[in-house]
Amino acid sequence: MAIELRVPTILRTYTGGEKAVSGDGSTLAEFIDNVNGAHPGLKERIVEGEPEELRRFVNVYVNDEDVRFTGGLKTEVKDGDVVVVLPAVAGG
Amino acid sequence: MLIIDTATYDAIVAHARRDHPDEACGVVAGPAGSDRPARFIPMLNAAMSPTFYEFDSGDLFRLYKEMDSRDEEPVVIYHSHTATEAYPSRTDINLAQEPNAHYVLVSTRHGADQPSYDGPVEFRSYRIVDGEVTEEEIQVVADYNTGDI
Repeated sequence: MAIELRVPTILRTYTGGEKAVSGDGSTLAEFIDNVNGAHPGLKERIVEGEPEELRRFVNVYVNDEDVRFTGGLKTEVKDGDVVVVLPAVAGG
Repeated sequence: MLIIDTATYDAIVAHARRDHPDEACGVVAGPAGSDRPARFIPMLNAAMSPTFYEFDSGDLFRLYKEMDSRDEEPVVIYHSHTATEAYPSRTDINLAQEPNAHYVLVSTRHGADQPSYDGPVEFRSYRIVDGEVTEEEIQVVADYNTGDI
């Protein structure tokens, strides 16, 4: 088992076109670091700043829940979870 | 070029006029890889603003889940400008994150939202990729499947 990351179209350049990749970790932050090891560059499109935070216009969901409501990067994840990344649809 | 049927074109304009003075936004989904805008999906502007739009994060998730299950993609992403021309703003360009979508802009400025207004409504389409805006032609057809005009 592993944790699955569903990759939006715009970030598939980092995954060789794959729609989904997998990784491990006990928190969302660890999972993103782990996935970034195999797909360098992915992390900085999702996370920014120091201390690290989710980018304002990127939405991340763990098992259908927006992680902004479940602890952000500290959200706990486990084998079998599905992490979905969706860029915001927004503008002015 | 964006090819779009009359009913969908009219529905986008009607949504923009209805939501004025706030910006209206939505998607026209179509079969993945078809470049055919087939299913009109008006969305709520969670920002409820005359100068900004954003899909609610829960709505966004449900939308993409539904499109995924139907093997669709967002062929058109549309929104309105309420006081400026139908051209992508700097914010629109910075936040555009669907490289395959046609970004449609409608303007409801100059009273185009009024029920009595019966002139043309600005309706333009763009590709926005890596911060680069390219306007494209729009062909409106009566029925997408037959290509009749």
